[in-house]
Amino acid sequence: MNAIPSRVLIVEDEESILLSLEFLLGKEGYAVNTARDGAAALRALQTQAPDLILLDIMLPLIDGFELCRLIRENPALRGTRIMLLTARGREAEIARGMALGADAYLTKPFSTRELMDRVRRLLSENGKPQPAG
Amino acid sequence: MLTGALIVVISFTYVGLLFAIAYYGDKRADAGRSIIANPYIYTLSLAVYCTSWTFYGSVGRAATSGIGFLPIYIGPTLMAALWWYVLLKMIRISKVHRITSIADFIASRYGKSHLLGGLVTIIAVLGIVPYIALQLKAISASFSTMLQYPNAVASTTSQPFLQDNTFYIAMLLAAFTILFGTRHLDATERHEGLVAAIAFEAIVKLVAFIAVGVFVTWGMFDGFADVFAKAAAVPELNALLVQGGAAGNYTTWASLTVLSMLAIILLPRQFQVAVVENVNERHLNKAIWLFPLYLFAINIFVLPIALGGLMHFPAGTVDADTFVLTLPMAEHKTWLALLAFVGGLSASTGMVIVETIALSTMVCNDLVMPILLRWKFLQLTERPDLSGLLLGIRRSAIVVVLALGYGYFYLAGEAYALVSIGLISFTAVAQFAPAMIGGLFWKGGTRLGALCGLSAGFLIWLYSLLLPSFAKSGWLPITFLTEGIMGFDLLKPQQLFGLDGLDDISHCLFWSMIANVGCYVGFSLWRRPTANEHSQANLFVDVFRHVVPGGGSRFWRGSATVADLQTLLGRFIGPERANEAFAAYARSQGIPGIEQVTANAVLVHYVESQIAGAIGSASARDMVASVVVEEPLALNEVMAIIDEASQALAYSRQLEQKSRELEAATNELRDANQRLQELDRLKDDFISTVTHELRTPLTSIRAFSEILSDNPQLDQEQRSKFLGIITRESERLTRLINQVLDLAKLESGAADWHPSEVDMREVLDDAVAALSQIYKERHITLDTRVPEHLPLVMADRDRITQVMLNLLSNAANFCDKADSRVSVALIAEFAALRVEITDNGVGISAADQVVIFEKFRQVSDMSSGKPRGSGLGLAISREIIQHFGGRLWVESTPGRGAKFSFTLPLPRNSANFLAA
Repeated sequence: MNAIPSRVLIVEDEESILLSLEFLLGKEGYAVNTARDGAAALRALQTQAPDLILLDIMLPLIDGFELCRLIRENPALRGTRIMLLTARGREAEIARGMALGADAYLTKPFSTRELMDRVRRLLSENGKPQPAG
Repeated sequence: MLTGALIVVISFTYVGLLFAIAYYGDKRADAGRSIIANPYIYTLSLAVYCTSWTFYGSVGRAATSGIGFLPIYIGPTLMAALWWYVLLKMIRISKVHRITSIADFIASRYGKSHLLGGLVTIIAVLGIVPYIALQLKAISASFSTMLQYPNAVASTTSQPFLQDNTFYIAMLLAAFTILFGTRHLDATERHEGLVAAIAFEAIVKLVAFIAVGVFVTWGMFDGFADVFAKAAAVPELNALLVQGGAAGNYTTWASLTVLSMLAIILLPRQFQVAVVENVNERHLNKAIWLFPLYLFAINIFVLPIALGGLMHFPAGTVDADTFVLTLPMAEHKTWLALLAFVGGLSASTGMVIVETIALSTMVCNDLVMPILLRWKFLQLTERPDLSGLLLGIRRSAIVVVLALGYGYFYLAGEAYALVSIGLISFTAVAQFAPAMIGGLFWKGGTRLGALCGLSAGFLIWLYSLLLPSFAKSGWLPITFLTEGIMGFDLLKPQQLFGLDGLDDISHCLFWSMIANVGCYVGFSLWRRPTANEHSQANLFVDVFRHVVPGGGSRFWRGSATVADLQTLLGRFIGPERANEAFAAYARSQGIPGIEQVTANAVLVHYVESQIAGAIGSASARDMVASVVVEEPLALNEVMAIIDEASQALAYSRQLEQKSRELEAATNELRDANQRLQELDRLKDDFISTVTHELRTPLTSIRAFSEILSDNPQLDQEQRSKFLGIITRESERLTRLINQVLDLAKLESGAADWHPSEVDMREVLDDAVAALSQIYKERHITLDTRVPEHLPLVMADRDRITQVMLNLLSNAANFCDKADSRVSVALIAEFAALRVEITDNGVGISAADQVVIFEKFRQVSDMSSGKPRGSGLGLAISREIIQHFGGRLWVESTPGRGAKFSFTLPLPRNSANFLAA
């Protein structure tokens, strides 16, 4: 834990899911920030560029797709990885998200171990030092 | 002093001038600059109507019957008013079908009948040849009169024809006609030079006559008033000026007017100039008023000249027919007399030329060619090129017609038969009227009707007009007139069936028209027309409706080769012109070259009409039929087509109705289809939404279960918090599954209902009690208004409670956060009980007021951004309320809260249900 921990932004409107994600990532030593809707996520992104965003698609105000597009248009967020979380599991939806620049996706409900594996892999590709574990 | 030589020189110079004008006209036409393509030349050419019979005869007639000469000019004037209906149609039809003469017209109209064409030709020749003779006689008479100059008394001694100038004039006219009348093989092509010459002649005769008139009126007298005043002083002359006196009775006037009305369109020469030589239909516009004006101009001095002559010459010494010449002569006005002579010459020659062309075309196309083509031993149909032969026939016919005219003149001389021939000719051509005019406007006229009508009219004309004129000339015993045939009184030719008191012309017109029209109509109605007649009738009567040139081929079925058709056309108009005609056809059809032309109905029709121009429509049809293997349409097939058409007509209204119904059904189907697609989309959305709604709590449950299992070191507080979440989310999952199943049951009608008498106050109390915890937590003020007495309703108490709970919890979720207030009212109405639940939240937009009752269609809570609940509550509630016959709806103004209301119907005798 000598290096600066990777920053992760969780965007999720479902309170209990948000809580579980926050717990899981926090326990691994990531610097976790949260947002409950798209607008709040944009505000959070203005102050800090995270290394990874866990992004729910069904969001109030600004949905996950639009957010994805806005992030990819922003040069300051070039290094930010995006993992989509979808509860619908429709292929068309996933394809759309990937086309908009998402790096990975996970269908709800997910295995917490798989989630953490994917998070670690995405962040190592990012060239960032991994937290211990 | 006028010498014979001078008169001869002047005559021949004049005819030479005609040659020059005609030559110039043709040259201009060849250069593409027509001099006749204007309405004035067209009108002047129509004035070929005015022959020497007008030029000399009108004065003669006026001298004996006063204004009795007028009907001959009133008729055409009246007819001109009808030209737009009659003549225009004739012109259009003739142009479309390349009709060459009146015989061709009538033959073509009635199924391209050889017999009819031949009959019309024979009638025309018999009726017109003496008329031509009359013109030659006028030339001869005026010539002899001039020779007596300055003596006004005409000599009547006849000369051997080799020394007769009239003979040479006739020869010259034949040469002129051949030269300018048969330049083209195609008789439908215009003879520009000839028409130009005719128009010139019309000017000459008008100028000459008016010059004489002016001289008589103002030179010999002191103006019109003087002439008439002086004439009125003479008792015999005064009688001329009174209608009903010498001018003839009204019957005569009427019949002469009718006769000349028909003559102006039916005389072969009139048909020639007005129809065949017509350049542009629009020229009729001017001719309609200009031609009557010409007639007026040439008639205005008739009475002054007649009266002047009668007053100037001692009674009976000078023939009134020669006054136009003899008055200037008597006054020693040499040049005026010569001008009058030339005017008379122009009137005669114009008529002779045009009439000869018209008759020769008829004789060639409708009499000679059909016979020659039928004589197999001549093997005409085998010859490669018939154009030379055709020209030969046409030219021979001209010579023959003129020779007949001259022969008749030479033999008849001064006989009565010649003098009265003008009106006799008119009556002959009037026989064409029923077949012609009926054919233009009545589709029912048939070949049989036309043949019978024409024959009957012609025979009566022959018997009651022509033969009597022979008898009066002494060629038949006079008893023919006085006693009738074989002494039958009723058959006296001029008092047929005892009809007395009419003049000869009216008498003949009366009987011949009765027979003609009667037979035409009677026989037309008696037998159905053949397929051919039927299609021709349609093409003629509906000429303004059919599209040219495909119109003639609607009923055509058959096969032919292009080469055969081209060879055939080449045989009649020459291979070179046939090639040109095919190139023109290709251009008109938008085909790049002759090689690409295909043999179809349109081409066959085109070739037939081209040949028709050369040999007439009836023969053309035979010729085309010889190379086209045509499958003839039987009458029953045509009738089937017609039946079909009339049935289609009869059913058209029903069809329209059906079509409208079909359209409506299509719209309904389209709507239903859209609805189905919408439903399909809704189903997909529903499944997708249910999936989402199920997965969300599942995700939490799984995540926290794994967290708990993977992290045994978690403190107690966290463990119970996470376990609490798992429990809540499980409950949520259960609730959702229950609601989905519940809705499915309600929608499919499989739900269990337990109706009973329900007191809504109790329902409200139960619901409020169940939600009191939530309301207390959120500090929501609940206001209930319940009347003292409330009728009971029949419903499922648990279900209604479910509805009440749903609406109250919705109100709690959506009411204003700061000052939360919800009110409930129970209202007893006349037939129903109404429940109103009002919140003070943000309200619902008009569009959302509809969609919120659909499954999973939630309105986002703007403050939290997240809708709560499953999105099925309102859908379920509405199903329940509707099951009991009530209504659930929302009223809201955005920003001012929402009011959800539902009703439940009261039982009919609600008093019994009143709660205590």
